Amino acid sequence: MEDIIISVLQRTMIAGTPLLLATVGEIICERSGILNLGVEGVMSVGAVVAFIVTFLTGQPWLGVAAAIVAGMAVSLIHAFASVTLQANQVVSGLALTMLGLGLSGMLGKPYIGKPLAIKMNSFAVPFLSDIPYAGKIFFNQSPFFFLAVGLALLAWFFLERTRFGIKVRSTGENPGATETHGVNVSLIRYICILIGGGFSALAGAHLSISYSKSWIEGMTAGRGWIAIALTIFALWNPGKAIFAAFLFGGIFVLQYLLQPLGISPNFLAMLPYATTLIVLLLISLKDPRKLNAPAKLGEPYKKGER
Amino acid sequence: MKKIKSLEMVNISKSFQGIFANKNLNLQIKSGEILGLLGENGAGKTTLMNILYGLYQPDSGEIKINNKKIEINSPVASIEHGIGMVHQHFMLIQNHSVIENIALGYKDTPFFFPKIKIKEKILEFSKKFNFPIELSKKVWQLSAGEQQRIEIIKALLNGADLLILDEPTSVLTPQEAKELFVILNDMKKQGHMIIFISHKLNEIMELCDRVVVLRKGEIIGSTETQKTDKKSLAKMMIGREVIFNIKKEKIEKGETVLNVDNINVVDDKGLLALKNISFNIHENEILGIAGVAGNGQKELAEAITGIRKITTGSVTIKGKDITNISPRKIFDQGVSHVPEERIKFGIAPGLFLYDNAILKQHHLDKYSKNSFLQYDKIKTHTKNLIKKFNVSAPSINTEIRNLSGGNIQKLILGREISEEPSLMVASHPTYGLDVGATQYLREQLLKIRKLGGAILLFSEDLDEIFELCDRIAILFEGKFTGILDADDKRLADIGLMMAGSLNYV
Repeated sequence: MEDIIISVLQRTMIAGTPLLLATVGEIICERSGILNLGVEGVMSVGAVVAFIVTFLTGQPWLGVAAAIVAGMAVSLIHAFASVTLQANQVVSGLALTMLGLGLSGMLGKPYIGKPLAIKMNSFAVPFLSDIPYAGKIFFNQSPFFFLAVGLALLAWFFLERTRFGIKVRSTGENPGATETHGVNVSLIRYICILIGGGFSALAGAHLSISYSKSWIEGMTAGRGWIAIALTIFALWNPGKAIFAAFLFGGIFVLQYLLQPLGISPNFLAMLPYATTLIVLLLISLKDPRKLNAPAKLGEPYKKGER
Repeated sequence: MKKIKSLEMVNISKSFQGIFANKNLNLQIKSGEILGLLGENGAGKTTLMNILYGLYQPDSGEIKINNKKIEINSPVASIEHGIGMVHQHFMLIQNHSVIENIALGYKDTPFFFPKIKIKEKILEFSKKFNFPIELSKKVWQLSAGEQQRIEIIKALLNGADLLILDEPTSVLTPQEAKELFVILNDMKKQGHMIIFISHKLNEIMELCDRVVVLRKGEIIGSTETQKTDKKSLAKMMIGREVIFNIKKEKIEKGETVLNVDNINVVDDKGLLALKNISFNIHENEILGIAGVAGNGQKELAEAITGIRKITTGSVTIKGKDITNISPRKIFDQGVSHVPEERIKFGIAPGLFLYDNAILKQHHLDKYSKNSFLQYDKIKTHTKNLIKKFNVSAPSINTEIRNLSGGNIQKLILGREISEEPSLMVASHPTYGLDVGATQYLREQLLKIRKLGGAILLFSEDLDEIFELCDRIAILFEGKFTGILDADDKRLADIGLMMAGSLNYV
């Protein structure tokens, strides 16, 4: 019994990792005032690029780097449309999702079902991994897990404790006022969208070269959408996102755990999405002022408008 | 060490869509001087200062500091030259703390841990100019006066020798304005120069050393305040002798129209905005609500017109209960509404003039039949309305957004009057309008009064309140600090009542 619990929690951490990466990316992007609904597509592009590069070169970290570059490149489309052209961010983000899913499907066709020769070893933190229970759950994990938690903490630090963070948050709250302080609002938004794209692609890379070690079309399975919901659930705070992401990771794992008990697998597959809906509902019932949502989220900013 | 000893703007011109906002303007200011920039809304004061602050680029002309020509192509360049500006609408991030707002604008904010590191410096400054601020509070929790101080501190921290203040007193209580003047005089003694934009003659006369008067983008006059008086300044500003020439006739008030009994109303933040408010208005009567913005005026107007829920208490129109019924039904009971923020709430900017002329009446039998609008009747009605209310528009087939604010407001007023309401709720009806339109609209309100209408008038313009109203109620933090007849002597202390330090209820 003990072993089962440890194994479940261990898998919870793994399942929560891509959610955490994508959520932190979306938080950074949304705090600058840009809604990016393209997470699912960028994640998919990241997954396929990471897989292909790793498959061809045998170098997983090269694959990760390539995925991040690719993720930023496709996100540039959203940045150009929503910042430079001041287009509707919902439309442009949805387009990015469709483009990303289509593109990755096309690129990945020759690689479907092929196994990845390399192995990404889990990384055991010296000493800490020897702690009973917690050591196995938290400190003997995929490198992506440490990367995700580290990046989340770093993102929190940058947003809350640096000058750059104040600029990013101010841009999302009131771009007009921010501009009068000599901040280049467009540049900040470009940077944040690209960082967000990099994070989403990293999440995808984790899925294809660490989590399942294979590529199949549609393997992101709606995780990008859950990340967008988690952004709200975490109240736009990367620190809170850590708890939110692993909570949802646990719900993913719960599916497999409950299946032997005779509960319909279709019903279980629904769980993460149903939970997302319920959570969104509960949060929107809360006082909107305490939600901490960026005031100008999703609104295009026109410079020098009279 | 002062960066600026003298500043000069030479032959500045700027036009928007072919219309001159500034035309060949010249301006000088030197250390230790407070210069007033006087003019009506749309005279070009703000445009000129936005050019100096680098937000707009002039079409022609140059700016000189210490007799040397300089380029100001962005606010950053302007800050580096030692210029600071406090905008009419504060450039603050409402959801952020005071210190975060200051850190955003301060040029020497360190990259890491900015909030901790600049705290000392800010406290030192607030001591030097003798105004306390709470650094960890969120901006939305502060009063307008406190927010303005943050703006001033921001400018001073960046080493501003020249401080531009755009209509700084428009959001302040009279007491807060006095405190501001003390601060500004202190700064003057320390060698700062200040450009003070206003359309209020009293303030210019009280504070400024010199005054430049703008009208329609041109400089009409420039003089030392000691060598002039209010009357001649007013004449320069408006271009004619008398400011307003409205005579209010004495009329006996009739039956009670509106009766508000003990209502409580909650604002958007969930806080109590109106606390047990009761009053009434009669036929042939205008009741004015005076007060500093944000003391419950908006909530009161919305509660009566049915846009906001009333928690407890009741509202009746000629004896009929209209508490919490739909705005349409309230309109049908004879309550019309001239809302504040006319572009946002009064019209549908992208629709044609004739659509906007019947926004509330489209369901009446005269304008629609079997769910189809009767456009021939609507257009005839619109044409009459335009003629009757002096709306100048190229045609009724244009989008209403192309009209000026004054003409939009005349059309709104016409629409709201056309069903002969028993009560009109008018929120800031002349805000931001030019003198001609303002006078016209005020005359129309008096005409409604004469014909037996009751009017609830919200205004931040005290002159307007005194000119039009039969009774004046002063709202402070959701309660009345006085409901007095317009000729009551105690109204001399209206400033204190607006600030809540005097109560006659």
